[in-house]
Amino acid sequence: MRLLDAVKYRLPLAGIVSILHRASGLLMFVLLPFIVWLFDTSISSEISYETFAAAFVAGIGPLPGWLVKLVVLALIWAFLHHLIAGVRHVWMDATHSVSKVQGHQSAVFTLVSSVLLTVALGAKLFGLY
Amino acid sequence: MTVNHGSKRVVVGAHYGLRDWLSQRVTAVLMALFTLVLVVQVLMPGPMGYDRWAGIFAAQWMKVLTFAVFIALAWHAWVGMRDIWMDYVKPVGTRLALQVATLVWLVACTGWAVQVLWRL
Repeated sequence: MRLLDAVKYRLPLAGIVSILHRASGLLMFVLLPFIVWLFDTSISSEISYETFAAAFVAGIGPLPGWLVKLVVLALIWAFLHHLIAGVRHVWMDATHSVSKVQGHQSAVFTLVSSVLLTVALGAKLFGLY
Repeated sequence: MTVNHGSKRVVVGAHYGLRDWLSQRVTAVLMALFTLVLVVQVLMPGPMGYDRWAGIFAAQWMKVLTFAVFIALAWHAWVGMRDIWMDYVKPVGTRLALQVATLVWLVACTGWAVQVLWRL
């Protein structure tokens, strides 16, 4: 099958959840050193904690603070989507609920809940409340 | 004894994928439980700052649990990344190079994280 033929097929919501599960995992893998850096600076000492806190305001080196926040927001979404999609997998394995309808419903739940939680935490991150 | 190598090797029904499938779920459940434990501690009443954040990881049981989660994370990410390389990268040499780079990346990050954790 050529790619041109493949794109004629509509990707169902469960398929979108699946590819986003993969993409979010890849994103967290690529940014893993940044995550460890956040852990390191936030916890090693009170002085390093200042560096950690300043990263979200003044930025890191040439990177501005808003960009650091945006990257962290992307990581928050990736984590939430990956976690909820993963729970969906384990739940399907445990209950053998693999019908088309249930697959669609749980896919909708995964996409909606991960985005809503990301928006809620993102608003906190950007100081909206 | 039945021959199970070379041209006689059984390639179906031998549960070759079972170990990865199972380890992916076991490591995932451990990380999910850790997330729950961490979120509960963070959401406890009182202002959040360096002292409280570092205090969470100062407890020995939390250190041991976090260490186990680091190992689970590296293992989980290895299985997942290996799947991605196997699906999209067909040339054997390139795939091997990417797999080796993945392992180096994960072992290095895990080493750094463990160092941060145990020097607290």
